[in-house]
Amino acid sequence: MAIAHTQPGGDIHHGRRVLVLWLAISAIVTPIAVFVVGPLIPPGNGSVQAEGQVFDNQVLIGVSAPIIVFVLVMLGYTLIVFHQRDAVLEGPPVRGDSRLQLWWIVITSVTVLGLAAFGTYELVKDGAGGGQGPSATFLPSNHNQAMDVQVIGQQWEFTYRYPTYGGLETPHLYLPADTLIRLHVTSLDVVHSFWAVNLGVKADANPGTDNVVYVQTKHPLALNIRCSELCGLWHGYMFDGQGRVVSQSEFASWIKQQQALYGPVLKYLPPYSTTYSPEPQLRAG
Amino acid sequence: MSEGSTATSARPLWRRLIGFNLLLAVVLGVAGWYLGWYIGKHATATSLSYFGDTDQNDISVFLGYTLGVVGFLIGLGFLQYPLARLRGYPPSLREKETEGIGRYFGLCTDHKVVGIQYFFGIGFFFAVGGLNAMLIRFELLRPTPVFNSGNYLTLVGLHGTMMMGMMTSAILGPFANYFVPIMIGARRMAFPRIESFTFWLLMAAGTILLTTVFFGGFPTGWTGYGPLNDQANYGMDAYIMFFALVGVSMCLLGMNMLATVVTMRAPGMTWSRLPIFVWGVVSTSILNLLAAPVLIAALAMGLLDRTAQTTFFISSGGGSQYLYENLFWFFGHPEVYILALPGFAVLLEILPVFSRKPLWGYRLAVAGMLGVTLLSFLVWQHHLFMSGINSNLRPFYMLSTELISIPTGFTFLCGLMTLWRGSIRFTVPMLFALAWFFNFLIGGLSGIFNSDTPSDTTEHGSFFVMAHFHYTIMGGLIFTFFAAIYFWLPKMTGLELNERLGKIHFWSMFLAFNSTFLPLFVVGFKGMPRRVVTYAPNLQFLNDWASVSAFVLGLSMLVFLGNLVYSLLFARVRAERNPWESLSIEWQLPSPVPVQNFDRIPTFESDPYGYGDGAVPVARPAGAPATGS
Repeated sequence: MAIAHTQPGGDIHHGRRVLVLWLAISAIVTPIAVFVVGPLIPPGNGSVQAEGQVFDNQVLIGVSAPIIVFVLVMLGYTLIVFHQRDAVLEGPPVRGDSRLQLWWIVITSVTVLGLAAFGTYELVKDGAGGGQGPSATFLPSNHNQAMDVQVIGQQWEFTYRYPTYGGLETPHLYLPADTLIRLHVTSLDVVHSFWAVNLGVKADANPGTDNVVYVQTKHPLALNIRCSELCGLWHGYMFDGQGRVVSQSEFASWIKQQQALYGPVLKYLPPYSTTYSPEPQLRAG
Repeated sequence: MSEGSTATSARPLWRRLIGFNLLLAVVLGVAGWYLGWYIGKHATATSLSYFGDTDQNDISVFLGYTLGVVGFLIGLGFLQYPLARLRGYPPSLREKETEGIGRYFGLCTDHKVVGIQYFFGIGFFFAVGGLNAMLIRFELLRPTPVFNSGNYLTLVGLHGTMMMGMMTSAILGPFANYFVPIMIGARRMAFPRIESFTFWLLMAAGTILLTTVFFGGFPTGWTGYGPLNDQANYGMDAYIMFFALVGVSMCLLGMNMLATVVTMRAPGMTWSRLPIFVWGVVSTSILNLLAAPVLIAALAMGLLDRTAQTTFFISSGGGSQYLYENLFWFFGHPEVYILALPGFAVLLEILPVFSRKPLWGYRLAVAGMLGVTLLSFLVWQHHLFMSGINSNLRPFYMLSTELISIPTGFTFLCGLMTLWRGSIRFTVPMLFALAWFFNFLIGGLSGIFNSDTPSDTTEHGSFFVMAHFHYTIMGGLIFTFFAAIYFWLPKMTGLELNERLGKIHFWSMFLAFNSTFLPLFVVGFKGMPRRVVTYAPNLQFLNDWASVSAFVLGLSMLVFLGNLVYSLLFARVRAERNPWESLSIEWQLPSPVPVQNFDRIPTFESDPYGYGDGAVPVARPAGAPATGS
């Protein structure tokens, strides 16, 4: 048993050193990550839901930062201090440490359960801007005062219908500021996904399905709307930068203008409904 | 030219080209295609007149592919043995030729030959998928399109499908087939003909996917969502056929591995002495066996939608796109762990060898892999967070997804603690294994963002997700794939790989990989969806950065290819029997391993991780200094 088990300086408390390094670096990095980097993460403050997501990301990045620092400090320290100095050196025959394993399991489990509980709270509060299907369960408190707007996806554009204004259909999305909106997302052909980037809204547009999203708008805003589910040939062109969140008075005058413009064609459209059943499609492109 | 031609019988070359081999397989495969096409054309034109509604005939395409595959397999000789048995001949392993280069080009039941076949076969399709990636990044150099939209989508689809389909066997194919029987002390796999079948089926599948370019490609990406898959042109049939055959291959491979490990372990090879690599293979095989059939079912419905005009996925006909999404992701999420778990296995197998320390927390590492296996079946609807399906179950899927990070954390703990106080050697395979820690850390933590539904609202379907799974799959699987190559290829070929080129390959690949995918997280957050041919001009700088880095990444692959060609064809330095001083049994055998593996079946008295306690002697070539005592 003449094996040299330990590297030079084997009596140093390596574990304590790593712990101190980790705590020190985390104490610097985590606040920077949360309070400097966190607020920069989109989608920004375009809606209450978007703000909720930013807060959510701040918490997640605050939890991730110490984990990243831990693994990197541990790895870096190990690789520098324990690299082989002599070709015959072997490591100590340690095969485990049940106390450390138990602590690791407890700490990771608590972290994960905490994150899941936090995420659930943030989701249940107001739906967090995600599509909820025909019967939404995670509702904002004032959901029965919401204004309905329908989003219809088809290859390769979105159109919008306003049931409270006689089923008016427009090519661009206009929303009043400071209003709770209930978006009904559906599709006429394949699966699309309605993504209003700076509103923090995303919902798949499925044929035959009414996918509901709640979003509470805040201040006037230029919207950036994209399709985020591959929907065929011109998917890359299915975007629209002309939508707006406008003040309530501006919205009222915009509606009047649109009614004058598109009112005459309303009678050719199918009556407003949560889903539409177009002619069975023939194969194309 | 090769050693094989002098060693085999005196039959002239032209005579040896006739028979059941790759040549006949290709001839019969092409003949089968035309036969199927012809039958389909005539059957549908006359008897099923309502197909006249469309100008397409998917039936003849599917029949062509099916008969083509059947012809290909007959040409390789897969019917020989069943027919011989039907006529009363005794069972044999006649296809296990002992020598000759020809055995690499046909049906061979030697698991070591199949391993090498897999290595080069998979390598070819990996290169094709990689070239597609280069073209995708070329297109994204500019916000305005360079290729036409359809060609771009085909490139994206080919890249994704090729990688997700073929690379499922990246480690199980070459390395598990070669080393699992050796590690457990067996002379062969449980089902050697099925082993060869999985390989040739995969090659047929890959070729079929490439034929999609003759039919205009397919617009759906690797997910193949309905009803878009019904709307798509002929090229879609290649996708469906490809993935179904890959599914069959995966399922059989998993079954074969499980049967081998369960039934063929040598005396003393108890479950608690199984090398951790074999445990990883077992976990992956369970996923293969249980997940792949669901994919095949989903694709069969897609096939019927396209040929028999059923409406499984078409809501106006009473079907639902949710059905496809559910089935696909019930396969699709275990699929990503089919890609990740072999990475864990290779990592934990390599770390003890180069830290000169036993694997730390063996039971915890096994529990981690089996935990990932179990949980990966419970998370699939996180791919559908925004789809509106079962929206009040989202907290459950959020929880189950985040729970996976607990068993994944076991791998981190066991890996880090194996290194801790070790005597670490920075060899090329060790460098690739160490890169896993960094890559999978980023990949795993970005996965926490994706699993959190509110945070996922913005990330879903964007480049953020794309960067996330490239970190887990490329950073987790492909890096350990190369670790396995540098680690085990000297044993498989008996030839050393050049170390200097290996280190250049590692550093260029590691830096270029991170430089490619880190900016793409930001691109996703800034609103760039996946699979778009155009993007907002303000994202051009980051996209250009990623593209240039991706080209460097591509060049690093050329360094590897150069290393392979140089080391195997030109330098041809004989590898030592045990260059890494490993205690595992495959390193105590000659390089390359002889046909029967062992003179006699070995008896195991410990696991292969007894480093540092001097109890197990490290087998060394004569003349080298001993480690201790």
